[in-house]
Amino acid sequence: MAVTAGAPRRRGALPFLSFIPQGRGTTLGIYIIKRLLWMIPVLFFVIVITFFLMHQAPGGPWDREGRQLSPAVIQNLNIKYGLDKPEWQQFLTYISGVIRFDFGDSLRSPGQHVSDLLLESWPYTFTLGALTFILLVPIGIGLGVIAALRQNSLVDYTALGLATAAASTPNFVVGIFLIILLAVGLNRVTGGTFYLATGGMPQPFNPFQPELIMPVITLGALPTAYIARLTRSSTLDTLRQDFVRTAWAKGLRARLVVMRHVLKNSLIPVVTALGPTFAFLITGSFIVETLFSIPGIGRTFVNSIAGRDYPLILGTTILYAVLIAVINLIVDVLYVFIDPRVRLTD
Amino acid sequence: MATAIGVAQQVDWDVAEQIGLWQDAWMRFRRNRLAVAGLVFIILMIVLAIGARLPTTPGGLWRILHLTGDPFQQDVTNTFAGPSLQHLLGTDVLGRDLLSRIFYGASISLSIGIIVQFLILVIGGSIGMAAGYFGGWIDNLLMRFTDIMYAFPDLLLVLVFVAAFGPSFWSIFIALGLVYWVGLARLVRGQVLSIKEKEFIEAARMTGTAPLKLIIKHLLPNSLGPVIVTLTFGIPAAIFTEAALSFLGIGIRPPEPSWGVMIEDGYAGIFADPQLVIFPGIAVALTMLSFTFVGDGLRDALDPRMRR
Amino acid sequence: MAQTLLQVEDLHTQFFTSRGVVRAVDGVTLHVDAGETLGVVGESGCGKTITALSVLRLVPEPGRITSGRIMFRDRDVTKMDDEEIRDFRGNDVAMIFQDPMTSLNPVTKVGFQIEEAMTAHNRFSASLAKSRVVELLKRVRVPAAETRVKDYPHQFSGGMRQRAMIAMGLANEPSLLIADEPTTALDVTVQAQIIQLMKQLNRELGTAMMLITHNMALVASLCQRVVVMYAGRVVEEGPVEQIFKSPQHPYTWSLLRSVPRVDEARKDRLVSIKGLPPDLINPPPGCKFHPRCPFVIDRCKTEEPSLGEVALNQVARCWVLMRNVQQADVEAAKASALSVEAAQKLKAEEPEVGSLAGS
Repeated sequence: MAVTAGAPRRRGALPFLSFIPQGRGTTLGIYIIKRLLWMIPVLFFVIVITFFLMHQAPGGPWDREGRQLSPAVIQNLNIKYGLDKPEWQQFLTYISGVIRFDFGDSLRSPGQHVSDLLLESWPYTFTLGALTFILLVPIGIGLGVIAALRQNSLVDYTALGLATAAASTPNFVVGIFLIILLAVGLNRVTGGTFYLATGGMPQPFNPFQPELIMPVITLGALPTAYIARLTRSSTLDTLRQDFVRTAWAKGLRARLVVMRHVLKNSLIPVVTALGPTFAFLITGSFIVETLFSIPGIGRTFVNSIAGRDYPLILGTTILYAVLIAVINLIVDVLYVFIDPRVRLTD
Repeated sequence: MATAIGVAQQVDWDVAEQIGLWQDAWMRFRRNRLAVAGLVFIILMIVLAIGARLPTTPGGLWRILHLTGDPFQQDVTNTFAGPSLQHLLGTDVLGRDLLSRIFYGASISLSIGIIVQFLILVIGGSIGMAAGYFGGWIDNLLMRFTDIMYAFPDLLLVLVFVAAFGPSFWSIFIALGLVYWVGLARLVRGQVLSIKEKEFIEAARMTGTAPLKLIIKHLLPNSLGPVIVTLTFGIPAAIFTEAALSFLGIGIRPPEPSWGVMIEDGYAGIFADPQLVIFPGIAVALTMLSFTFVGDGLRDALDPRMRR
Repeated sequence: MAQTLLQVEDLHTQFFTSRGVVRAVDGVTLHVDAGETLGVVGESGCGKTITALSVLRLVPEPGRITSGRIMFRDRDVTKMDDEEIRDFRGNDVAMIFQDPMTSLNPVTKVGFQIEEAMTAHNRFSASLAKSRVVELLKRVRVPAAETRVKDYPHQFSGGMRQRAMIAMGLANEPSLLIADEPTTALDVTVQAQIIQLMKQLNRELGTAMMLITHNMALVASLCQRVVVMYAGRVVEEGPVEQIFKSPQHPYTWSLLRSVPRVDEARKDRLVSIKGLPPDLINPPPGCKFHPRCPFVIDRCKTEEPSLGEVALNQVARCWVLMRNVQQADVEAAKASALSVEAAQKLKAEEPEVGSLAGS
């Protein structure tokens, strides 16, 4: 499914989803439905690959650090959870569960539904991701625009340098440096009385916790830098276009030229990049969550892999895949509204 | 007949043009100071890395020259030491020499980062070429497959692969190759498609000559630039992935001193002795930064639009 | 009595590049009177576009107007401050550009782009501007103007886009419209339509126009006077009929030679001008055209001629002048676009109404 430039829109299109005509007789509504349906085989493959990969991994859910469980106990546990059956059978059992939206129970946290565990951890990840996103959009775009408008000035080089440095440093390194600086450093300098907490996120949906400062910066540094660089290069390209010259020739004020003509064009690729960026924030947060002990989905996922907690691994993977697919779909649809030259095609 | 001759001339002219492009590109690259600095740093790192592994005694060349210690030798009487003549950067939590471990880590990061690009080139390149050349349902199938790959968050997929194969150097290597080929495949496919559309290919097809050789002959000079740039940018991504996985405990395991492992080790003692974390952190950051600068420089140097 | 709208005096516009200073406009003097259409011709790179951009102070980096005056009525454009120049652009003088596809904002409706030309200058209220847009589109003969207003540029055909650009240029009823190669990017048939349109508009509105082009046929159709530029300077200027009948500068002559003409009895071979445009960073000494001139003499290589009057209202910058060239040399030049060393045929240094070298 691609988004391409196509035939001109028929005049008189109403802004109701199912009535917007696209290329080749597809309407927006049909396109969305097709995309949603397409998600199903994709998800299926995702589950297949993950399932069989996980079962290749050495070790099992019953391995314990230090004192091992006795083989008899392990045997019983396997029978209880159906792990003694052949893999393909386990797979089918799992799939039949998924269809009924039953994702099984966690093996490492017995008695807890996978869906519950995910629901518990979701608010933390979402808060972190959303907060980071809300901050990074204006900062990233703002920096990029300023750098472009004042090309080759000190501001430009500083912004560009910062952005490149941030984009090239692994985020956990950034996080660790922040910890060293703000936690260890402050601690030492103030004799132990003042330091930024390095871990945890006491309340799920509250964006105003100081514990979030370092994780947000850590998580957001790279995407912000990326968006800034993208905005800058896109704006520079747009500034070279003929229609900007036309705008000046009409005698428009500078502010209008920039906002209405330059930015309206140069931000198009940036906006489309924001979709995958948001997806990255949500799904790529596990490093940050581990570093700062935030009990979000990412950390759950990492722990589940280490512990070979198969249902939890699968549940999380499915969640991630669905999220990414939905975000991509939203971005593709949004693109039609942003750029009038574009039509959706299959 | 005339068309065939015209075709051959067209290709030769393009190829000749490309060679001039390389010399031009090198000159432009040289003017980009950041890129040159990055290149220098990388070369330095490579030298240090090689010296840390060869000869194959622990510590390699640098140990023999008494510049560093042994990356694996523990000395519990001398943990968390500060810089000294024997240990230029001090020792870590188990008394091991930090500097030698950093050099050793360089060898791990660089070899994974750089060598995996070849794997990516093979996988991504062949899939991209197949999709572009054959077109039709093969193209469709392969592109759907890449869509599925795209549906996974890459890091997670690598994680899953690495966990499946067991944490080790080679499993990371293979996992990276299996996940990150997608970008290159799309690039190559696009290149093949655009070459296929050029008129001289049509001409060749009409005179009956198989365009495959023509395409390849023309593909190489044209796409070498973007491919190199893509692969160069892939190196810091690979280095980052390995470090991240090792940091999380799912990648390279101790006592192998990958930078990620060192950071993980040092994290516990961060309040007491932050330099155990700072040095490997800086090492990773600078290495990734250097590759990014080089990548930027290459991209600007090879950009045909800026040819003047 | 024709009133002079625009008077460009000894304009110098230069580009400061890493390879040197490009003297794009190197001492240009020209004027446009109210209601008249002035043609500015020359090959690519001769400085005609930059001259036009200088009038609106739209010269892109790294270029700057370095000296000279640009008088519009009684104000000097080069000395206007930001607010004045903003008021001036699109209002007193408007400009339309070569490629209408790239010159229009692709993500904004066409009607709105025309509207904003008006609202930028507070001459029309918002609602009046909206209705004027439709009027303007009708005036430039865009069919179905009322619905077209809501379209985007990519939904217009090439010719319609150029009409829309013209509408945009005329929106504020400027006294002078500068048109930079308005037909070059269009199909041949569409070109003819646009030329028709421009003639009509000139008759209806009486707007003065500065038409920049390398197409002599266009000049013949639309202009009363023409200025010929080469290497950043004016090399000939005069009324269109005179210039076409008896061009005095060899460059003008060559330009006219390279266009087939209906009024020629014989089928003359088209003469292409050999050689490449001059390097504007290190121009050749003496007359800038001498390396490519079929009638060059020694003096041309060392001394640059100044603009001298060669006929009533006609000036040319040449030591030789076409009317002093022997017919034989003219034929030789026509026959083989090779440079003829006219040293043997050297006539007086001063332009003389002497031998009859037909053109």
